[in-house]
Amino acid sequence: MHALVGVDLAIRRGEFVAIMGPSGSGKSTAMNIIGCLDTPTAGTYSFMGVDAGRLDRNRRALLRNLYVGFVFQGYNLLPRTTAAENVELPLIYRGVAARQRRDLAMQALAEVGLVGREHHTPAELSGGQQQRVAIARAIVTRPTLLVADEPTGNLDTARTHEIMELLTRLNAELGLSIVMVTHEADVADYAGRTIRFLDGHVASDRLKSEEAA
Amino acid sequence: MIWETVRLSLRSIRRNVLRSFLTLLGIVIGVAAVIAMLTIGSGTTEKVKADISKLGSNLLVVRAGRPAGPGGPGGLDQAVRPLAEKDVAALVAHLSGARAISPASQKQARVIFGTESLTSGVTGTDSAYLDARDWKLVTGRPFSDSETRAGAGVCLIGETVRQQFFGAGDPEGEIIRVNRTSCKIIGLLEPKGYTGFGQDQDNVVLMPLHAYQRRIAGNRDIDNIYIAADDRTPTTELQPRVEDILRDTRRITPDRDSDFAIRDMTQIADAMTSATTTMTGMLGAVAGVSLLVGGIGIMNIMLVSVTERTREIGIRLAIGAHEKHILIQFLVEATVLSLFGGIIGILIGLSLAGMASMALTIPFAPSPAVVLLAVGFSALIGTVFGFFPALRGARLDPIDALRHE
Repeated sequence: MHALVGVDLAIRRGEFVAIMGPSGSGKSTAMNIIGCLDTPTAGTYSFMGVDAGRLDRNRRALLRNLYVGFVFQGYNLLPRTTAAENVELPLIYRGVAARQRRDLAMQALAEVGLVGREHHTPAELSGGQQQRVAIARAIVTRPTLLVADEPTGNLDTARTHEIMELLTRLNAELGLSIVMVTHEADVADYAGRTIRFLDGHVASDRLKSEEAA
Repeated sequence: MIWETVRLSLRSIRRNVLRSFLTLLGIVIGVAAVIAMLTIGSGTTEKVKADISKLGSNLLVVRAGRPAGPGGPGGLDQAVRPLAEKDVAALVAHLSGARAISPASQKQARVIFGTESLTSGVTGTDSAYLDARDWKLVTGRPFSDSETRAGAGVCLIGETVRQQFFGAGDPEGEIIRVNRTSCKIIGLLEPKGYTGFGQDQDNVVLMPLHAYQRRIAGNRDIDNIYIAADDRTPTTELQPRVEDILRDTRRITPDRDSDFAIRDMTQIADAMTSATTTMTGMLGAVAGVSLLVGGIGIMNIMLVSVTERTREIGIRLAIGAHEKHILIQFLVEATVLSLFGGIIGILIGLSLAGMASMALTIPFAPSPAVVLLAVGFSALIGTVFGFFPALRGARLDPIDALRHE
């Protein structure tokens, strides 16, 4: 029983890709492999020219720390920890000095529009704000790739559009590649490319420009 | 990185104040118990040592009666032949390696001065007694040889006797009554305090042996012979010589047991010291067990903490934490926790030991080595018992950990 079978995908730098599909279609596994959290049991996954599927846990941790940012449906911020401290977290594992960490965290929080909320804990922030903190945490290391797992799954429509616009902007302005798993078609519409999974296969893979045509 | 991790763990300890405190409690109690026990124990050992050195070191004490042995305590013979002056004379004549040899007989007797009275330990002895027992005079002089020979009515008194009759005043030249005889005070003994057995060593009156025998005891017996070894002669060497001489003068044939016993105060001192040391060690070990239990408490709480924070571990792993980062974080947390516990435990333990020392009137003897050992041991406990939970956290799969509710 394999979650993915015979998947052949290439994602280019700077792309904004939405991954869709019903539960059990293998989209989460695909996302985990793309984000270097998981490794394929067979076949290869090449990330930035490195065969990431052959790397051990700690090398993949390093790869994630250097090149990948994560945004989750449930935000996954550390509780009772301020927004700034949450954003600083990946920099700690990178060995960045405290002062510089603080500056970078403030800058990232400014980029997601959270100036003035730096010292709030997650419990003091709304869902949309928490997700912005999570995005700031993901981009503070200037990653190449942002992996988002249903980033708007817990948000209302207005908040969803704000977050999607933020992601679109980051994609355009920073050249950040984004791979986003979502259930919702209107969220997927923000992406330039939509890949549909079904029973561990790629069922469809369309560019937005093609759909429009 | 380490400093960062320490700060991180301090923050997480602060976030769970109550739980951290409860975790600490085991270590606090353990360390406090160890510190208190060892400190009180070494105070007791010092007290016992001091007491025994007051009894006199390098001292042999001979008394009549068979030595204690498998046959039961000595002195059960129907007719115990008492020690006599010729035994003392033989020792003085033939024993080499002795600094002082002195006969002594003791009895509780009523001492009266004016309208005051006091029951004291009255000892009849000679001028060598002070030397043998290493007692000193604060004022006055010891018995002269002629006073000793004649059994003159003179005496030396201890501090308790002076206070009872003369307060802080000078007792020299005063006449006191012992039973129905009177004697003139010629000197005051240096205060020695109580023995570890609760005996007041200052409630004493010394008088010449002959005077004691004639006027107090009413016989010619000698209860004890005190023999102090000189500096070059160990008591263990002196003891067989004493035995040979006494067997000879008392005409005991080789096929019979001695009818006297020789006690070696040095050996008694060693035995008592090693007994208290052993006791201290045992109490310390028992307290150490509670420290171990405290360590298991730490492990328990750290396991809970790892489980509770699985999601946090998942986040940290996802954003690029190495296994070692997670391992170190939880290890440092456990170590810092138990170190805190250790420090609090030391403070409590030392205060307990201080109070106990005051209550038991033993010296307060805190040992820096013991304190350092307790700090080190509590940190070690945290590290050792924190390792397994920390490893468990570090080995988590980030995907599963993130999914954990």
